[in-house]
Amino acid sequence: MRGMSLIVKNTTRLVAGFIALFGAYIVLYGHVTPGGGFSGGVIVAGGLVLVVLAFGEEFSRRVISHNIVRASDSVGALAFLGIALLGYLAGAFFSNFPDWLGQPRALASGGTIFLSNVAIGVKVAAGLFGVFLALALFRRRGEKRLMVPDTAPLDAEDEE
Amino acid sequence: MLLLVLLGFMVIGSLVAIETRGLLSSIICVGAVGFALSIVFLLLGAPDLAITQVVVEILVLVVLVRVVITRRDETYATSRSTLAIGSVLLVLGILVAVVFWALGSSGGAGLAMRPFGNPLLNETAPASAMAPVGAEAPAPVAAETIPRSIGGAYLARGLGRTHAANYVMGIVLDYRAYDTLGEATVIFVAVIGAYAVLRQVGRDRHARHEPDR
Amino acid sequence: MTFERLPYLAAFLLLVVGLYAIVAKRNLIKVIVGLLVIDYATNLFLILVGYRSNSGGAPMAPILTRDLAPAQLAAHAVDPLPQALILTSIVIGLSVTALVVAMAIRLYDRYGTFDTGRMRNLRG
Repeated sequence: MRGMSLIVKNTTRLVAGFIALFGAYIVLYGHVTPGGGFSGGVIVAGGLVLVVLAFGEEFSRRVISHNIVRASDSVGALAFLGIALLGYLAGAFFSNFPDWLGQPRALASGGTIFLSNVAIGVKVAAGLFGVFLALALFRRRGEKRLMVPDTAPLDAEDEE
Repeated sequence: MLLLVLLGFMVIGSLVAIETRGLLSSIICVGAVGFALSIVFLLLGAPDLAITQVVVEILVLVVLVRVVITRRDETYATSRSTLAIGSVLLVLGILVAVVFWALGSSGGAGLAMRPFGNPLLNETAPASAMAPVGAEAPAPVAAETIPRSIGGAYLARGLGRTHAANYVMGIVLDYRAYDTLGEATVIFVAVIGAYAVLRQVGRDRHARHEPDR
Repeated sequence: MTFERLPYLAAFLLLVVGLYAIVAKRNLIKVIVGLLVIDYATNLFLILVGYRSNSGGAPMAPILTRDLAPAQLAAHAVDPLPQALILTSIVIGLSVTALVVAMAIRLYDRYGTFDTGRMRNLRG
């Protein structure tokens, strides 16, 4: 899948960082304002999808390989389980420590809710982005794969 | 009133989406229905859900358009036989009529659904009514009421127990964290399923006529 | 059938439309569209059940902002439990849609068409 035109690429260069920042804000402030791990993770996945669509899969393969995405998916899921097991310190599975950090409406509040949000954000973002990559990299039967050296050179503007 | 207009728009939009002939236009109609649903969420006081529905809808649209736009299906897919469609419509119409009648009558044969806008959340019960059977009944404080529904109990006690200002996140990640663990598992399994379906390795070996290891 | 229960009927109509699409359509993409519409209908019905009107004003979301007291929220806010369930359901719907679309891609690659009637006729 090749990239898109020059206008799309320049706009993506400007905007992709803001999308990632917005997604991180929604994940981190999930226990104070509307949002949370799920919406923030989907927003970050959307930003990554935008980069892949604008610059083509060859560029994204150089920056983030599919193996790293799959590994982050598993790390996020294991981190969520680890936070659940941390609850055993207070006596039960998934027990929260609400008095551990500060008062409500502050960023540092809610005990393990904050950490769970981050773990779920990472997991959802990596999972959905990985599924999109798998759908985009799917080659029909008989088509040449991208790893086979191609005779046609890449466009000059694809060189980052 | 705006709520009813949006609901009517959703029903008509979904009818258009499944009856229109072009695949791309049907996907765009489904996208419109999804965005209308997100506005309905906002009108009904659920900002978390509105954010989530908008971004999920965008991703679904991107994936579906990517699938459809490069695969031109030259065969003209006709519908099934008229008898089959007619009987399906008849059964569904009877179902709608039964639900229409059941929603209207209350008490014995009806569904006994509460009116829209006045849920069980509004009712409270005296505290003595909830005392456990057979245990030492504590002396009830005069005129103490506790909420009758679980949502009311979450609203009344959620802040004290979870210290999360966003009550919905407090429920999702503290009171009902097992459900979130189940959801994370389902998402994980669906993603692995998608990887397994779209695997390249087996197909490449098959194309080169090698036996599977 | 009073006016107060009309939104529930609209949610049920949406469910019926999605069910018709899954049962009576031959094109695989239309079946996926029907699955999406059934997801919307379920989430819509749950959120309609939990709505508490705020005596004519805007509904109060269950989020503690700077100028609200917790007791005020307990008396006027919308039910937070259906919202928690729907949050789960929306993201699961997205994952299941991605899986079904992956299967549709494989079927198209194998048979060259999205039409399920022709897929049964082709042999291996």
